[in-house]
Amino acid sequence: MIFEFSDEHEELRRTLRGFFEREADEAALREQMASEAGFRPAVWTRMAEELGLAGLIVSEELGGAGFGPVELAIAMEEMGRALLCAPYLSSAVLATSALELAAHERARKELLPALASGRRRAALAFSERERPFELEAIALEAAGSGEACALTGEKQYVLDGATADDLLVVARAGAGLALFHVPGDARGLAREPLPPLDPTRKLARLRFESTPAMRISEGDAAPGLQRALDRACAALAAEQVGGAQRCLDMAVGYAKQRLQFGRPIGSYQAIKHQCADMLLEVEFARSAAYYAAFAARDAEPDAAVAASIAKSQCSEAYVAAAKRNLQIHGGMGFTWEHSAHLYLKRATASAVLFGTPEEHRRRVAAAVGIAAG
Amino acid sequence: MTEKELRERTRRLLEEVHPDAAGVSFARFRGAQYDHGLAWVQHPQGLGGLGLEAKLQAVVQDELQRQCKTVYDPLGNNPIGIGMGAPTVLAYASDALKRALLRRIFTGEDIWCQLFSEPSAGSDVAGLATRAVRDGDDWVLNGQKVWSSLAHLSKWGMLLARSNPDVPKHDGLSYFLLDMQSPGVEIRPLYQITGEAEFNEVFLNDVRIPHERLLGREGQGWRVAITTLMNERQALGAGASRKGGGPIALLRELVAERHPSRSEAERARLRDRTTQLYIRSELLRLTTQRARVAQRSGHPGPEGSVGKLAQAELNQAIWATALDAMGADALVYEPGYALRQPEGSRYSAAGSDPAARRRAAKYQYLRSQANSIEGGTSEIMRNILGERVLGLPGEPRLDKDVAWKDVPRS
Repeated sequence: MIFEFSDEHEELRRTLRGFFEREADEAALREQMASEAGFRPAVWTRMAEELGLAGLIVSEELGGAGFGPVELAIAMEEMGRALLCAPYLSSAVLATSALELAAHERARKELLPALASGRRRAALAFSERERPFELEAIALEAAGSGEACALTGEKQYVLDGATADDLLVVARAGAGLALFHVPGDARGLAREPLPPLDPTRKLARLRFESTPAMRISEGDAAPGLQRALDRACAALAAEQVGGAQRCLDMAVGYAKQRLQFGRPIGSYQAIKHQCADMLLEVEFARSAAYYAAFAARDAEPDAAVAASIAKSQCSEAYVAAAKRNLQIHGGMGFTWEHSAHLYLKRATASAVLFGTPEEHRRRVAAAVGIAAG
Repeated sequence: MTEKELRERTRRLLEEVHPDAAGVSFARFRGAQYDHGLAWVQHPQGLGGLGLEAKLQAVVQDELQRQCKTVYDPLGNNPIGIGMGAPTVLAYASDALKRALLRRIFTGEDIWCQLFSEPSAGSDVAGLATRAVRDGDDWVLNGQKVWSSLAHLSKWGMLLARSNPDVPKHDGLSYFLLDMQSPGVEIRPLYQITGEAEFNEVFLNDVRIPHERLLGREGQGWRVAITTLMNERQALGAGASRKGGGPIALLRELVAERHPSRSEAERARLRDRTTQLYIRSELLRLTTQRARVAQRSGHPGPEGSVGKLAQAELNQAIWATALDAMGADALVYEPGYALRQPEGSRYSAAGSDPAARRRAAKYQYLRSQANSIEGGTSEIMRNILGERVLGLPGEPRLDKDVAWKDVPRS
């Protein structure tokens, strides 16, 4: 039944929440975001080995845990709540999904086990300057017709692109798109970190100069890649729910204990109502993200639309919650020292990642058939 | 004195010292302007003025603009000193202090800061806890102040402290002028979400202030602070001075940039949103103008109270739309978050270079989060509008007529 979580689901959530509270507390977060890699390798290893997170959605026969969209949503929500700095979305979600849904069998067998174990990390490089999150806009062309090709051009906004061990690059080949494997230390590859608005998530620009690239897909990889993107959108939406809920919890916690004029500020209707409004938006966001997860699990025909509904609602709810949380904290919320701004920056950047709310709504309108006469 | 005479007097100042002349520093020119009674024309003679109406200062400023290429912002490098310190000193300080302090405020030789807010006293600043205890000819101060901009560069601080915890909060405050170089004063930068520290925390550890630097009487501190705060609201102001100017101009440039792959629907949406914000910006400007006219004519109305609330929300909406217009470019933040202390002036939106425009917009998106908090939160502003302007009943107050020490605090 949709929206029903099993005892195992609740256990997963509890385990993850406890783990992140210990291993990814605020001190760890600030340390990780300041580091070049943007994450703590020891924590990543523990996530992979103790909790099986790196291979959460990779099939058991390829070394993963064989779980699906619902378990992924739970994991992402807990990571979002903790504002975890780790290449999880990039490697464990987007890269493994691209391989699973768009790569040929040989490539999957060769590349997925190392990603599932957490020993290696991969990043999917598909965005370009124009319409960066639409696959149809990809213009980078591969030179060569066989398996061994070469790439010359650029990819933008690659999540964890500067530190990934393996790059999975999407380029035009023949009538459609193809997926290419490029090792992180390939000849002719320049990886330039971009200064991120969200210091908790690293981004890079990749420049290719006749870089050798191994084709790892057959036929047109576009449909498989689109499904991988939808999965990443749904996962990101769940992460946004976790972050938004955290913002609501922080705001309410502060409103209960901060006294001004002899009363807790939460006793003032202005603050109380803002929290109530946050609650409404967060609950809608949760419905959207969970529905997207269950619809994907059950292969519902509206699963893709559900991913876009989730991305648009969760993006807006998170940004709104993060802003209100900062506002309710008053001057303190504006300081570097307080974590409010870190959630705001994550919210602002993730609203844009994989398409803005407006872009996703246009997709919903087209799929559902909404028109203005 | 007629306007004509005032202009002549200004020209006589310029004959003596001209800001365009080689080797004439800001301080030198401002000192001369003060000595000629043209710094604050409403001040008494000998204290930078001529005993005229305050509105005639605009005549001096206009004449300076006509005659000089180098025209200094009236607030110079000392916005708090000039905007808030000087009116407070004029109203409450002894003659000796006025003579010692006012000229150096105007020349910028003494930078001033404000020491009111505390970590536990933000919106409820009157509930502050920094303690002032009389000890012989001095007062001894202990406590912590926050959000003090320019404290690290300041010579003088306007300090509000609690001299009597046994009476209701407003009645137990005293106002001091603190020499920022006194022993026991520790200033720490307060880094904000943009990585800069425009503001400071100031810790006071057994700091001694001579009794002569108490402004007004003991227990009168709140009344003195009102003078300071009234002028803060004016110094912050509301709206651009010229039609189409300010943040909306930058937003229009950003939105107008060519984005070949942008859909028609998206263009229409951005255009409508930008137009809405253009209209709001214009109306804010016009309302501020209308308020000034009404105030001068002696009939101020509600139009003068909405500015701060409107400005905060408008600013935030403008910069959010700017980010929206940038699409995926918003993922990148070129200014970076290096922790740093600026040398006093705010980040200015650089000219016509598109990359600089985007950087400025991204910075302002973050900076504008404070607009609805600093100088009075939007929640407080709405209360003020509802209660003081519209006359709606206030909520029951728990701290009215209660001794400060008996009011619950966090």
